Amino acid sequence: MRPVPWFCKGKAVRDPPRGRQDGFMEYFLQLFFGGLSRGSVYALIALGYTMVYGIIELINFAHGEIYMIGAFMGLIVAGVLTAMGWPTLSILVIALIIAVLYSAAYGYTVEKIAYKPLRGAPRLSPLISAIGMSILLQNYIMLAQTPDFLPFPRLIPDLEFMEPYANFLATSDLFIIVTSIAVMVALTLFIKFTRMGKAMRATAQNRKMAMLVGVNVDQVISATFIIGSALAAVGGVLIASHIGQINFVIGFLAGIKAFTAAVLGGIGSIPGAVLGGLVLGWTESFAAGYVSSDYEDVFAFLLLVLILIFRPAGLLGKQRAQKV
Amino acid sequence: MAASSILNNLKKSAIASLWLAFLTLPIMVIRVDTVEKTVTWRWMHLAYMLAGSFVLALFWHFMMDRRDRGAAARAAGTSQAASALGRVLENPKLVKPLLAMGFLVAAVFPYVFSMYQTNILISALIYVVLGLGLNITVGLAGLLDLGYVAFYAVGAYAYALLNMHFQLGFWTVLPLAAIMGAFFGLLLGFPVLRLRGDYLAIVTLGFGQIVRLVLENWSSFSQGPSGISNIARPGLFGINYSVEQATTYIYYIMLALVILTIFITARLKDSRIGRSWLALREDEIACQAMGIDNTKAKLMAFALGATLASVMGAVFAAKTTFVNPASFTFMESAMILAIVVLGGMGSVLGVILGAFLLILLPEYMRAFSEYRMLIFGATMILVMVFRPQGLIRAKRKVYKINTEAA
Amino acid sequence: MKARWMMTVLGVAMAGMLAVGCGGEKKEEKKPEAANATAAAPAAKKVVLGVAGAQSGDLASYGLPSLNAAKLVAKEINAKGGINGAQVEVMPMDDQCKPELATNAATKLVSEKVTIVLGHICSGATKAALPIYKDAKVIVMSPSATSTELTQSGNYPNFFRTISYDLIQGKAAAEFAVNELKVKKVAVIHDKGDYGKGFAESAKKALEDGKVAKVALFEGITPGGVDYSAIVQKIKASGADCVLYGGYHPEASKIVTQMHKKGLKIAFVSDDGVKDDTFIKTAGADAEGVYATGPQILADNEVYKKALADHEKEFGSKPGAFFPQAYAASQALLNAVAKAGSTDYDKVVAALQKEYVETPVGKIKFDAKGDAEGVSFSVYQVKSGKYELVK
Repeated sequence: MRPVPWFCKGKAVRDPPRGRQDGFMEYFLQLFFGGLSRGSVYALIALGYTMVYGIIELINFAHGEIYMIGAFMGLIVAGVLTAMGWPTLSILVIALIIAVLYSAAYGYTVEKIAYKPLRGAPRLSPLISAIGMSILLQNYIMLAQTPDFLPFPRLIPDLEFMEPYANFLATSDLFIIVTSIAVMVALTLFIKFTRMGKAMRATAQNRKMAMLVGVNVDQVISATFIIGSALAAVGGVLIASHIGQINFVIGFLAGIKAFTAAVLGGIGSIPGAVLGGLVLGWTESFAAGYVSSDYEDVFAFLLLVLILIFRPAGLLGKQRAQKV
Repeated sequence: MAASSILNNLKKSAIASLWLAFLTLPIMVIRVDTVEKTVTWRWMHLAYMLAGSFVLALFWHFMMDRRDRGAAARAAGTSQAASALGRVLENPKLVKPLLAMGFLVAAVFPYVFSMYQTNILISALIYVVLGLGLNITVGLAGLLDLGYVAFYAVGAYAYALLNMHFQLGFWTVLPLAAIMGAFFGLLLGFPVLRLRGDYLAIVTLGFGQIVRLVLENWSSFSQGPSGISNIARPGLFGINYSVEQATTYIYYIMLALVILTIFITARLKDSRIGRSWLALREDEIACQAMGIDNTKAKLMAFALGATLASVMGAVFAAKTTFVNPASFTFMESAMILAIVVLGGMGSVLGVILGAFLLILLPEYMRAFSEYRMLIFGATMILVMVFRPQGLIRAKRKVYKINTEAA
Repeated sequence: MKARWMMTVLGVAMAGMLAVGCGGEKKEEKKPEAANATAAAPAAKKVVLGVAGAQSGDLASYGLPSLNAAKLVAKEINAKGGINGAQVEVMPMDDQCKPELATNAATKLVSEKVTIVLGHICSGATKAALPIYKDAKVIVMSPSATSTELTQSGNYPNFFRTISYDLIQGKAAAEFAVNELKVKKVAVIHDKGDYGKGFAESAKKALEDGKVAKVALFEGITPGGVDYSAIVQKIKASGADCVLYGGYHPEASKIVTQMHKKGLKIAFVSDDGVKDDTFIKTAGADAEGVYATGPQILADNEVYKKALADHEKEFGSKPGAFFPQAYAASQALLNAVAKAGSTDYDKVVAALQKEYVETPVGKIKFDAKGDAEGVSFSVYQVKSGKYELVK
């Protein structure tokens, strides 16, 4: 028998009826934590997304693919190290490091090939080369690895103090939430206080002016892609380990969800990405729990439309005055 | 100069190929099985990768040089800016014979080529009209729509359902589909009037997803994911005909619709509403200040684009005789957008070329089997990189005012 | 100017070298076959087996195993001298499980004068393509299209399949849950796809007709989702003592894992799409005890053992979804052509309906509607990391 967590003391955990008051509360909490779990997954991917997005204003469809490649790198490293018999936690650390390095390299290269030659082109042109890149990377992984689903080892260990709450929140969920928040704080500080961060903000505001005041815009954009891709890889490894399986198309859906979360929170706003991800996760979870999981995505998008109608720049986005 | 540039390119390519080989090393070479704890090393792949990427990098640098030189020349104003193709198109003496020839080929196509060729050409023509429709919303009015496929679905299901329940024929449904498309266009248009740029993009994307999800889940209405089969092909005075004849017939219907659409969009572009779309695209506030009704212009753009898509949906349902939600995914919207942008936003000929390239290329690359989509993705990137404005650059009408005469 | 020239020449030369290199290598691979072909038969004689299905895109993992199966069967037959001296050639045709691409694939195969096709993978794509094949008198055999109406409606006399259809699968799963597991309330969950929802709907109907167990919940989940705890909570709240799941293994393994995490340990019964070794790998220990229906493959089935070994040798991996059915379908089609002595439509159909053939799924022939006879249908359960026959 599992110990009962403090917030539902005195109730049987497996008490099913929904109508009763206490059962109702537990049901609600379960949905809440379920939403938190999936919301933090979206948030973690959306962080890297919104960063690239905020600075070069490009819907980077290939971001999901970088996330997928990060997960694959994690799998490969984990596979090699498991075969050599390393302990789980050190595998997680090394897999994370290598995945981050490689994904950053991928992000850098993708930018050099598909986006850099398109600076100054019409705004939609990089979008199309991003879609092309996404198709290319997906098929590359499919051909080089496998079209089938691969099991991903559970690298995140179950912590003991989480045991009483395991019914609500697994350790991996906690891991992802904590990572998202840590990344959010770190990114905010980075953008606010470092030299590179300031250069990034300048580039985001006005690329030409930034150039004139001596910002090396090429370097800034490269750095943005490197950081964004590194974050995607962190998400890739942690989320794959949380879900337990990967294949070559996981990036596509993740990319769309992250895009939605980023817009919901306000494009370019880093806390907004996290908030957007969580709101999206909760909406889906509650819609599935109280209405029907057939329509969970419909509710998510309806909410998005509603929020954007009343706050056209997203939850935390700044409504900028139109310059005439 | 020449020799050093070659050497330079060789060096750069070698570095690039080494870098790519390094990048792809783990994924190409290692394959793991974490359950059985085995690792497979495939070193041969690395050698292929090295050689392949070296050639590709060489080609890339060579093309980049050309592109940059072209750009430099254009900047200096020395060379004729337009490409060979552009020059041909500008010459009225050449355009007419070319058009006539194209029309002739199009007219006899089904009798010369196989049914397969006709079939994929119909697909391409459907996408030409879809591209032209989206071109109104995106290219002319500047409203980025990532859920365009929703209207396509509306038309397809309108015909499929009306045909199934009420046995309505293709020609009866066609105008109905157009009206429903316009209605759905307005339905999407109203809530998004205030949104701009990428916020608009995500809402339209959501709209596209909602339509697909409703079709998937509302089984009593749309038969859900199993779809609707045995949809009637377009009727021709009650004559029975084989699949092959039907294909030919649909081909001519499509050809007529394409010509009609080209005519309509070309006329629209220079009309009052077309001009206000262009103004809207360039600057919303200035446009309003000039006394143009923004709301009306936006709604018109959505409704007209949606009408065309919906009509195409009906043709699509009649052609495949089967519809299910799998045809109306986000990827489809992205493809239509790619047709518009890749072809050249705002240019009719560009959209036609874009549709032919993106729809026919995967078909003709069937010989590459598994590598087909890989090459397809690469082509999309390459076209965009080497022709950022699209295959054909749209030309704005230039009005010359003769001041001396005044 | 000169530099440009040099570059062009160099580029072309390099590309040419690469092409020659690749070509040379491929030739080496193909040599035994080619040699065989020239030895065994005069050049032009060959039997082309079209293989249509999702070979790229998000459903590729269900379509590519069929292509592998067809290649293996063709290779084996060719090694034995072909069909009446004619070599078998496999022609892959990708449709990404999209109806419009399926019609393109179908017209392409018809234009290439292919008379036998293994495919398509998804029911929707199959329905879109069949009228074209029907008109051109092409025989189509699917390893995985389970939509009931494909055979039972009688609309498609040219269609055959080696998998049993939704109505039977759903009913079998429902009856198994009611009669063997003695469950009273069932949660029927599906993945909104044509395969999963078809299964779930017929299971629901069977349960409602049976009047023994109640359908406590009928809902679809979003495939590819990261978290299914909401639906798991719903199952829990509905008080169901059994889950019937229609869909493929990736989602099934996520749901089962989450059910166990949330302390919900009730029976999980699913379909063919879950009876796949990948499911056991991805779900790990959580897979234990899961039931899945599927064609009965006897442990001592020599054909299947050989197919597995060949796959391992040829592709260096274990086969994926619907491989046994696709292998059986390729065998059945090619055997029928051999027995009929030609690719004549009527003769091949007659042979399919008359001649038994030994396949991984048993000794089969086809009934008048196009469904395979002789495939025994069973329920499997995961026991210590393996699917084992129940009973």
